[in-house]
Amino acid sequence: MDILFILEKSVIILVVFAITMLIALYSTFGERVFAAYFQDRLGPNRAGPLGLLQPLADGVKMFTKEDFIPDTPNKFLFIFGPFMFMTTALISSSVIPWGDKLVIMGRTIQLQAADINVAILFVFGVVSIGVYGIMIGGWASNNKFSLLGAVRASSQMISYEVAMGLSIIAVLMVSETLSLRGIVEKQHGFIDWTAIKIGNTYLPWFSWYVFKQPLAFLIFLICAFAETNRTPFDLPECESELVGGYHTEYSSMKLGFYLFAEYINMFISSALIALLFFGGFNYPGMDWVSNNIGVNAATLLGVGAMFAKTLFGIFFYMWVRWTVARFRYDQLMNLGWKILIPLAIVNIVVTGAVVLFTTN
Amino acid sequence: MSLTLILFLFLSFAAVFCGLMTVFSRNPIHSVLYLIGCFFAIAGHYLLLNAQFLAVVHIIVYAGAIMVLFLFTIMLMNLNEETEQHKPALARMGAVISAGLLMFVLLAIFKKVDDMAVPGFQNSTLGTIENLGKVLMNEYLFPFEFASVLLLTAMIGAVLLAKKDSPKTVNQ
Amino acid sequence: MTDYKSISLSGRKKDVSERDMTFMEKLYLPAIMKGMGITLRHFFRPKATIQYPEQKREFSPVFRGRHILMRDENGAERCTACGLCALSCPAEAITMTSAEREKGEENLYREEKYASTYEINMLRCIFCGLCEEACPKEAIFLTQDMAPADYRREGFIYGKEKLVMKIEDPKK
Repeated sequence: MDILFILEKSVIILVVFAITMLIALYSTFGERVFAAYFQDRLGPNRAGPLGLLQPLADGVKMFTKEDFIPDTPNKFLFIFGPFMFMTTALISSSVIPWGDKLVIMGRTIQLQAADINVAILFVFGVVSIGVYGIMIGGWASNNKFSLLGAVRASSQMISYEVAMGLSIIAVLMVSETLSLRGIVEKQHGFIDWTAIKIGNTYLPWFSWYVFKQPLAFLIFLICAFAETNRTPFDLPECESELVGGYHTEYSSMKLGFYLFAEYINMFISSALIALLFFGGFNYPGMDWVSNNIGVNAATLLGVGAMFAKTLFGIFFYMWVRWTVARFRYDQLMNLGWKILIPLAIVNIVVTGAVVLFTTN
Repeated sequence: MSLTLILFLFLSFAAVFCGLMTVFSRNPIHSVLYLIGCFFAIAGHYLLLNAQFLAVVHIIVYAGAIMVLFLFTIMLMNLNEETEQHKPALARMGAVISAGLLMFVLLAIFKKVDDMAVPGFQNSTLGTIENLGKVLMNEYLFPFEFASVLLLTAMIGAVLLAKKDSPKTVNQ
Repeated sequence: MTDYKSISLSGRKKDVSERDMTFMEKLYLPAIMKGMGITLRHFFRPKATIQYPEQKREFSPVFRGRHILMRDENGAERCTACGLCALSCPAEAITMTSAEREKGEENLYREEKYASTYEINMLRCIFCGLCEEACPKEAIFLTQDMAPADYRREGFIYGKEKLVMKIEDPKK
């Protein structure tokens, strides 16, 4: 293990961490601005030019609020909850490939903190751990609304994890790898000229998996909304019934951690959707750029493509938030267990059959 | 000391400590949390053995799904030190005897094993999902299918248990 | 004779039916797409916001804001403290005390009697404009300005120093 490798990875980890935080920070601002725009308003535009310093003002506000700890027998768990939620939200960004490779002074640098071959499972594992942050926080608050919110949140997240995992399996059957980098590299370019083979003739088709697995994409998208507790599935914190849900008792930066982690989760899930279904750092004409201008230019454009897709995903989250009304809890559970899971299984069976008949 | 050995010692200590705390904690919620910590330490051991897939699946299934349900039940039942039930002496004796028997079996197994070295330790590709899939689908196909049928049966049983009685038997 | 159930005064009555949804309706997705189209259209619409301190919404010409006690063209106060405004005020917001004009104050007060104090409680005032109508001397008017906010209740009791038109203020 040479020192340059460690240095390179450290820099990537730091940059990824900084970018994740920055994007989550500006998602909070973007949420408010987009919410305003969807409602024919302007949104916050006073703090700094165009209101761009608003997140800093929010941060100062959060930090200077009274840090209240309710009378609970579990002070440690009360503090541990938001910490855990935040940590798990941040961990999953480590396996996401943000770009292809850069070649600097003969060294090939992969723009990814860790390329492990079970990356997608790793993400699922981390997401499933994220439930504990909510459950512990809600339970340690010693408040029945918090507990109800926590129970709702965790049962919702567990239920939708199943459908999410099943929808991914169909994608994995096509990609034949669990590594996120591998999955992205399978979606090379934009149009795959040899996608469909009939006899000896090849028909072109789009190489991105959203065109190959539209049903899996739809299921994954719906599950991602439920996993991040976003509208229309924001039942854990529905104000009309549960005061504030699992973070009713939280104040100051501990509340900030919960809210902030939600935006990080949004960012990570948008990145995952971009990677799994929209080709990640692939974009039309990337081979031409790579051959004519240079590998590094192609890679940087790819990073741009990746972030454009991810940011559009975040915008989509906000767009849906101001369009679709909240589901009722039984509707949520029915959708998860009785519709999405059977659909995902059907999708697996159909994909399996298609893969079997086309690969021979 | 190599890095692996340090990691192994740390993980072993964590696993044993969490396991003991699971048993000795008065508060059931703390027990569950220590058990989750124990699962993480064991997942770390899997990673040391180059079984990445097993480690991740271990976390997803045990820490991510099963323990959440445990936590659910305990939180909703609101168990704490005051409401802890005192088991009758006979049940305690039974527990001690069965635990002793289990330890006896484990000791016997460890005594039988000559070579404690695990084969995958040096080979970093042994525990990958490709190898696992090949082994499961070739060598161990029959036990694999058998286990899946067993799981299916259990699932159907669970659905039947959870299903409401038909209106024929219970008059609404 | 039409059935009373079919009468619709607004002309927008919709009959609610309990028919089953069609498959396309059950999918929800077309409806969601439609909704998202609507929200996206709003996203690009011109915004209704008026950025207050810089931009101001135009008041209607009959807007009734805070009061002003007028001076005549020589700069003398018009008010003679007749008390008709206080009498007409439905909210009983106006109080005043009258005083007699001394020698040498002819340029300050138009007539022999004037209001030595004149107070309007802005927390009571309902801005109905009856004082304006009652005034025989055209002394009190309601302007286009708003009564600004204050931290204390005393701040809302406007005395002559706030109500009387400034001498340098040339406009009506």
